[in-house]
Amino acid sequence: MIELESVCKIYNDGQPNEVRAVRDVSLKIPLDATTVFRGPSGSGKTSLLSMIGCLSRPTSGRIHLEGECISGLPEKFMTDIRRRTFGFIFQRFNLLRGLTVMENVMAPALPLGGDHADLRHRAMEILHRLQLDHKATVASELLSGGEAQRVAIARALINDPAIILADEPTANLDTALTEEFLGVMADLKQQGKTILMTSHDPRIWQAKLVDRIVSMKDGAIEDVLEQSERENEKE
Amino acid sequence: MNSTALRRHLNLIDFTLSAMRRRLWRNVMLFAVYLVLVFLLASVMSFSHAIRREAALMLSGAPEITVQRLVMGRHDLVPLSYLDKVGNIRGVQKAYGRLWGYFYDQGTRANYTLMVPGPDAKDYQLTKGQAILGEGIARVRGAKKGRILTITSPTGKPLVMRIKDVMMPDSALVGSDLILVTEEDFRRFFNLPPNVYTDLVLKVRNTREVSTIVGKASYLLPDARFVTRDDILRTYEAIFSWREGLLLALLAAVIVAFAILVFDKASGLSGEEKREIGVLKAVGWDTSDILAMKFWEGALVSLLAFLGGVLAAYAHVFLFDAGLLKPVLQGWGVLYPDFSLPPSIDGLQLATLAIFTIVPFTGATIVPIWRAAITDPEQVMR
Ligand SMILES: Nc1ncnc2c1ncn2[C@@H]1O[C@H](COP(=O)(O)OP(=O)(O)O)[C@@H](O)[C@H]1O
Ligand SMILES: [Mg+2]
Repeated sequence: MIELESVCKIYNDGQPNEVRAVRDVSLKIPLDATTVFRGPSGSGKTSLLSMIGCLSRPTSGRIHLEGECISGLPEKFMTDIRRRTFGFIFQRFNLLRGLTVMENVMAPALPLGGDHADLRHRAMEILHRLQLDHKATVASELLSGGEAQRVAIARALINDPAIILADEPTANLDTALTEEFLGVMADLKQQGKTILMTSHDPRIWQAKLVDRIVSMKDGAIEDVLEQSERENEKE
Repeated sequence: MNSTALRRHLNLIDFTLSAMRRRLWRNVMLFAVYLVLVFLLASVMSFSHAIRREAALMLSGAPEITVQRLVMGRHDLVPLSYLDKVGNIRGVQKAYGRLWGYFYDQGTRANYTLMVPGPDAKDYQLTKGQAILGEGIARVRGAKKGRILTITSPTGKPLVMRIKDVMMPDSALVGSDLILVTEEDFRRFFNLPPNVYTDLVLKVRNTREVSTIVGKASYLLPDARFVTRDDILRTYEAIFSWREGLLLALLAAVIVAFAILVFDKASGLSGEEKREIGVLKAVGWDTSDILAMKFWEGALVSLLAFLGGVLAAYAHVFLFDAGLLKPVLQGWGVLYPDFSLPPSIDGLQLATLAIFTIVPFTGATIVPIWRAAITDPEQVMR
């Protein structure tokens, strides 16, 4: 369970260009379900996801993971939780240009001090599962959009995280690739991973694997739809 | 260090090598400039170190006091009678006259030193018609032990000698242009009367008495000049320091180039690089991981460039006789035939050079990264 307790995120606090991106959000996110945050652009979805994933700290409020507070920690601990618990799939993929697919996938694991050969082996396995093994030595900037995203997924999986965070994962994908992405996510869910996504893409909201939809507006939560209720919504 | 920590560093080195491969040309250029800088600095340092060592070696064999006679302010021949006067001063262990002089050899267009070995030089005793050559002359004239050497005196008379030996002196600077001959041959060659010497040499029992002896001797010999070993030492120091200073000024230009390079590295962090650091942090790297990775980049480049530069400099100075520096640093080199310096290395100099190149370079690699690496990684979500 991830528990948000009156979480606020204010950018440029106290300055004229102050932005209240997330306002007093309290929410319980079960780990055995797939949750999607939806809402118009600027509603604070990305900010919220960053705080959950220990990429940034709330301006106020607390975030608990399985009862442990993960929000007010020094950087070293934050990094440690981040790399052992979360795998990120960024909206813009954020692959490292000039490095090969293999090097990109291995990158998050390097500082953990694992054996290099083992690591390569693990990366190759993941690439194989995502049907990317033939691209292992290709420079990442030469990939198509769909391939780039699958590499980003592989990179998110290299440290075997319990929770996958994906920010607007289908914003740059066509319908076929979106289906493919949802298929991969469904597999991961099958393997017991928790998946949290942000999206304003209806194809995501309607996906079968999604259990809960949290709607946001102006930095606050409007409502939470459970799967059962969604059945009704469709009718 | 346990094996996980070690593997972490190996992994980070592996990553940094891959990352450097991307800007291969820039990194190669950087490496080359760095290497040339170290090469030049190390060459100058080890060359001047070796030359100083040569000078010190030469001086260690020099007499405590040399007596010259001045006539109208110029160095003139010393009559034998002077020797009796100063030889009896208390504290003088031994006094003898020396015969040496320069002559210009038309054939090889070089100045040679002709000298009669002193009474202490037991290894160099000669009989009439024999000569011992410095290795520089032997090389230039193509002369070998047992052959005949003919030199033409300033008066046009040839002197024919059999080469008894070729010396391989400890000190190349002094020995290599030297021809040792007997007193008889020397006087004949320069057409000198008997009972005169080039200068006198006083060996002193206790070096602390040098100034007292000089005081007494100058009273006895008012037209003589006394040169002590300390005087020579000071003159050499002055000449070497001046030349070294000149060269270091030239090197300042190279150092400025290096500084610009380092500064460029220190300030130049493109948006792309910043973003990359953000991505690495976002996917689980700690600030210290990024710094360690960048540290290895700086350290590998500078260590390799440093080692390469130092090895090249060593080869340059001691195997190739410092061909690039010789005309500048060894001012009177044109007077001498070629010589090679015996290898010697000053550890302190090397350490200084290492600290003043590796540390700023590695620092310049890390510092801007430090600034970028301590920021929140959230930006990469945008
Ligand atoms: N670093 C920042 N500095 C200032 N304002 C920001 C920053 N990041 C996001 N914002 C603002 O915060 C608000 C919420 O942004 P975001 O969390 O990205 O929303 P969403 O992902 O739903 O589009 C927006 O108004 C955005 O402009
Ligand atoms: Mg967003």
